Amino acid sequence: MSNPVRIGLFAIWIVVLGSVPFWGDNAMARTAIMLAMSSVLAYSWNIIGGFAGYPSFSTAAFFGLGSYVGALCQGAGVPMPLAWLAATIFVAAFAGLIGGIVLRLRGHYFAIASIAIVEVCRLVVAAWGSLTGGGNGLNVPLLMWSPDNTILFFLMVMLALLVIIFAITVFIDRHRFGFALKCIRQNEDAADMVGVDATRFKILAYVLSAFLCGTAGAVYASWIGYIDPTDSFQIVMTVEIPVMAMLGGAGTVLGPAIGAAAFVVLEEIFWANFLDWNRAILGAIIVVVIFALPGGLIRIFSGRTRLPFLRSRSTEAVQ
Amino acid sequence: MDVGQIIANGLVLGALYACLAVGFSLVWGVLNVINMLHGSFVILGGYLTFFAAQVIGIHPLAALVPVALILFVLGYALQATFINKVVAAPVLVTLTLTFGLDMILYNVMTVYFSATPRQLTLGLGSVEFWGIFLPVERLIGMGLALALTAILFVTMRTSSIGRAIVAVRMDRFAAALMGIKVNRIYAITFGIGALMAGAAGSVFAMVFPVTTNLSGVFLGKAFVVCVIGGLGSVPGALVGGLALGLVEAFAGVLLGPQNALTAGFVLMLLLLLVRPTGILGVKGYE
Repeated sequence: MSNPVRIGLFAIWIVVLGSVPFWGDNAMARTAIMLAMSSVLAYSWNIIGGFAGYPSFSTAAFFGLGSYVGALCQGAGVPMPLAWLAATIFVAAFAGLIGGIVLRLRGHYFAIASIAIVEVCRLVVAAWGSLTGGGNGLNVPLLMWSPDNTILFFLMVMLALLVIIFAITVFIDRHRFGFALKCIRQNEDAADMVGVDATRFKILAYVLSAFLCGTAGAVYASWIGYIDPTDSFQIVMTVEIPVMAMLGGAGTVLGPAIGAAAFVVLEEIFWANFLDWNRAILGAIIVVVIFALPGGLIRIFSGRTRLPFLRSRSTEAVQ
Repeated sequence: MDVGQIIANGLVLGALYACLAVGFSLVWGVLNVINMLHGSFVILGGYLTFFAAQVIGIHPLAALVPVALILFVLGYALQATFINKVVAAPVLVTLTLTFGLDMILYNVMTVYFSATPRQLTLGLGSVEFWGIFLPVERLIGMGLALALTAILFVTMRTSSIGRAIVAVRMDRFAAALMGIKVNRIYAITFGIGALMAGAAGSVFAMVFPVTTNLSGVFLGKAFVVCVIGGLGSVPGALVGGLALGLVEAFAGVLLGPQNALTAGFVLMLLLLLVRPTGILGVKGYE
């Protein structure tokens, strides 16, 4: 697929999502906002997890910190857009600092450390009651607009974030920075040896994968009006987002959008019909993605795969 | 609080943590898989013990062995059917897969057992020596945890299966050339990991209330213990578990109980950066 085709398809998708409030009811518009937000997070994760191949599970930390910084700023009387900006800058700085430390780890150790970051953030926010309200959560001043206008506004904001992160993804995919990340994914030592400044690129990729998660968190907090530690730092979210990207096709330009859409649609269908079993169904989706769709849905569209079940599956060299 | 009492509390807790983490550490070390199911295995062991005691009327101590065997079969089956197929894949795939399986198991447990905390009361009172008070249940729990860990250590040392596991851990290609069926050893290792988790759950059920909400907490403990002690070795898990127990006991007194958990994670992050191989390192075999 050439680049103009991808961008064209993506633009159509944005228009479809943006038009939801004009033909759908409020519940559908809500779903559209959640879908746009999930897409932003999946695209963000795709930079470090897809292009650079680092198994990062810290998305929820960036999202949660962003929502708290945004909420605290708004609570202190800072205008909403400035609060969002503050959240973005704070999360970017946090990711740069943390990334400089944990990106020295690889593989399993990096994965564990990234999960631990989410846990530490949640525990600190929950324990620091005087600032964050602890387990009681925080209320965020709501917009005093009509419900229809509010939903339309937040949908447009989320779509704007989605366009920004998509533009970054297209740029990375074509630029030598993206090439460096793909080299790191294949063999970091070799990349380092032939002159790729792996440390610098990894940290940059980590920051790029974080900052819009912070913005999305702050926007989410303004929209919902209430946040608490368990909701903002969900360990489920930290795995859901990579699964969305993998479902669509990690390390590709359209994969995260396709994956997020497919995931949210599946979730909506099952959520309504099997309330007690939605967690198990998410788990089943994960298992299916891993066994039946190893390159993601995008592989099916681009016709680059044989039927997955027909392929011999000798992942293990020894028997 | 008296320092001796804090140390005693820390060691009791630490022995439980060691028992909890040793299976997780073994799976990580041998299979190179982060088993996100581990916390739910512990809870499942706890529930099975609880229901064996409440419904069938088996004493919790007697229920431990059958519960552990059930968990072994479950772990073996999961590894043989699912995880073996992706065992050589990158960490992103194996971790996500075990997380997906965990979501299924967790959901099944919340639906059938509900999230209500349940506690077995053995009602054995407490003992005092040198001015230190300890409930008898906890002492029994500590003794059982240490005994289980010791049994695993001896098994790894002396049995042919144990030697095969160690061989696969050191070099799975060479092990295959020596005639070891690597995939079978993987399944057995995962089964042993689940068995130890189930046994730890059984022990926990005698000391603390069981609820599915704790599965993430137990998993977090297993992470921390493994990183502190080093991967895939029984002595490493023991050292890591006791260290974490002591750190939490002291942090709970000095920084307040709400920060004890955070202290463990922060210690783990620091150790990851300074010495990612853990206190005992990875050079030891079992």
